[in-house]
Amino acid sequence: MSMSERPTSVLILENVRKSFREPDGRELPILHVAEFRLAPGEQAVLVGPSGCGKTTLLHVIAGIRRADAGRILMHGTDLLQLSEAGRDRFRAANVGYIFQTFNLLPAFTALENVLLGMTFTRRGRDERRATHLLERVGLAARARHKPTALSVGEQQRVAVARALANRPQLLLADEPTANVDRGNQQQIIDLIRDTCREERVALLLVTHAREVAEQFDRVEQYETLNRPAVVEVTPAAEGGSP
Amino acid sequence: MSLWRIAWRSVRQRALASSLTAFSMALGVMLLVAVLSVHGVIERSFRNNASLGYNMIVGAKGGKLQLTLNTVYYLSQPIENVPYDFYLEFLSADRRAAEMKNALHPDQDRRDGQYAAYVELAIPLCLGDYFGPFRVVGTTPEMFDRLRFGPEENEQYEFAEGRNFRLWSPEHGFFEAVVGATVAREMNVKLGDRVSMTHGDPEGLGHGQKYTVVGILAPSGTPQDRAVFISMEGFYLMEGHAKPLKDAAPAADLTPASAPQDGSSGDSARAADPTPPVTAAGAPQLVQKALPMEQREVTSILVRTVSPLATPGLQNTINEGPSAQAVLPVREIYLLFDMFVRPAQSMLLFMSGLICIVSGISILVSIYNSMSERRHEIAVMRALGAERTTVMAVILWEAVILGFGGGVFGWLMGHGLNALAGPVIEARTGVSIGFFDFAPGIDLASLVGAGGGGWEISTELVLIPALLLLAAGVGLLPAVTAYRTDVADSLGK
Repeated sequence: MSMSERPTSVLILENVRKSFREPDGRELPILHVAEFRLAPGEQAVLVGPSGCGKTTLLHVIAGIRRADAGRILMHGTDLLQLSEAGRDRFRAANVGYIFQTFNLLPAFTALENVLLGMTFTRRGRDERRATHLLERVGLAARARHKPTALSVGEQQRVAVARALANRPQLLLADEPTANVDRGNQQQIIDLIRDTCREERVALLLVTHAREVAEQFDRVEQYETLNRPAVVEVTPAAEGGSP
Repeated sequence: MSLWRIAWRSVRQRALASSLTAFSMALGVMLLVAVLSVHGVIERSFRNNASLGYNMIVGAKGGKLQLTLNTVYYLSQPIENVPYDFYLEFLSADRRAAEMKNALHPDQDRRDGQYAAYVELAIPLCLGDYFGPFRVVGTTPEMFDRLRFGPEENEQYEFAEGRNFRLWSPEHGFFEAVVGATVAREMNVKLGDRVSMTHGDPEGLGHGQKYTVVGILAPSGTPQDRAVFISMEGFYLMEGHAKPLKDAAPAADLTPASAPQDGSSGDSARAADPTPPVTAAGAPQLVQKALPMEQREVTSILVRTVSPLATPGLQNTINEGPSAQAVLPVREIYLLFDMFVRPAQSMLLFMSGLICIVSGISILVSIYNSMSERRHEIAVMRALGAERTTVMAVILWEAVILGFGGGVFGWLMGHGLNALAGPVIEARTGVSIGFFDFAPGIDLASLVGAGGGGWEISTELVLIPALLLLAAGVGLLPAVTAYRTDVADSLGK
């Protein structure tokens, strides 16, 4: 095992590249992360303006999108070596994801939304844990309510509980406060950070809000981390780069 | 949470659209069940009527089908009559002598009838009159004493009330009647009622003669439910029933002393049993003029041959003769069934199947249309770790829930319709049908082209896997759409 694969990191990105194909057929490089590590239980924030590609990076880390090249290591597993179904299974078991728009399923109650997160793992549903998580986010009394009956802040708290349902090693939070008011914003951030600490889950939170970023010890600037411009996809350019 | 529960929640989330879609499937299945039931009713009706207890009908020369319809179903008009002495040729010497005695004709050359050696049972029918819309049948008590019906031809006609009619009884003379179950119900006839018939057709002139109802048949699902039965002697004695002959012998008094007491069984009983003297005072019908043999005719004769091997020979002999024709009713019935009924049934089944397929397509359209708004949900499930095949299975479950749920509801509606229409169907066809009556079975072996294996299953039970297949089939396209949903793109929508 090389130094770069030491188990002190829950997540390791090495030379991760992603490009999209333009309508005219040209490849548009949008992601190149030379190296990024996250230690178990560590909390980091990734800051960047809206639309700069932060969500794409989270999708690549979660295995929702497949990177074109590089290595994404979690607990010694390289996501790029997994099939799509393998990445799905890996994500279900090891990665929690909080969306900017909560993405609760409207047909299900708060409790069922949390249980839904457990449905796709081999561990199966654990109603006691789901109930415990809802208690933890302060929604025990609202467990049987559907999302439409919950406030925006409550919906995001259900989303936090759902993301933690499978005891992930890594929680990815994509602008979790972008759609909540300022009053709820701090509560949500505190909730995410506190529960991650309690559950010993590493956290990578993406935001464009300076006031959110300032609360974290580790702040990564997306423009610094991601240098797609230096990525040359043509062999000649690759060979000629310093 | 199981996949089918996820699908069920999704169905409930779109309650109105889901209900309408399932209802369209329900209507299709209801129609299919109704058609299958009608198919079953017709099939059972034909089977019941093809299990006649006799294997040959002898009647006047003419159309075979008309003779069969007329004799078996009491439909259409009789072709013509055959002479009474021709009927006597089917009887044994004793029975022949007894009948001739009844017809006031001395049996001078005591002998077996010409065809008696081939015949186990011969029952004459005299048709022509009506009681309301129902046929009146002049016959002998053997009709219910010796004829059997049912698929195995082992069921005896039973009386819900009363008893079989007799050729002659001290109470009612020759004028006893037995009514079928449907007749009793429709015409509100009770035991002891005195009924009179109309001549020629339901609106014909009424006969003055009254017949006392001594028996009401239990429902048998045969045409007998829809007919009135009287003794042949009583039939002959109705006004206008004598064959007009120039040289016919004058009618003679037939008193209880010379009349048979009980015609319910063998000829010897009728020929030999002395009748106790009866005072005719107050009962003028007990003294009647019997019709001489020359003025008697029968419309047809129900014949059971002694063995199937005897049937072709007897049929040929009769058909080659000048007096009558012999037809095999089962063959005629099945010819009729194959020629007219089965194609109509097939067409109805085909159309009902098409309706189910159209209903299935409506499920497809409903789910497919919902897919644009569902892509986001599917993407969320995928982001939570659901594999492509998992979301595909959820959509297939949804189609199966709609198709199968609608199908079960349609099945219940179809059988409810059967239960509601049951009394009308029974009244019109004699076949009883209730909520739990399934469509007739089909042979599984014949379905897979392996010939008849005797492994029958109700057509409706084939409907269940067929519905599941149909639902899964129509769910496949939206399921593939779900399978191909791009998670990252759809999450942002």
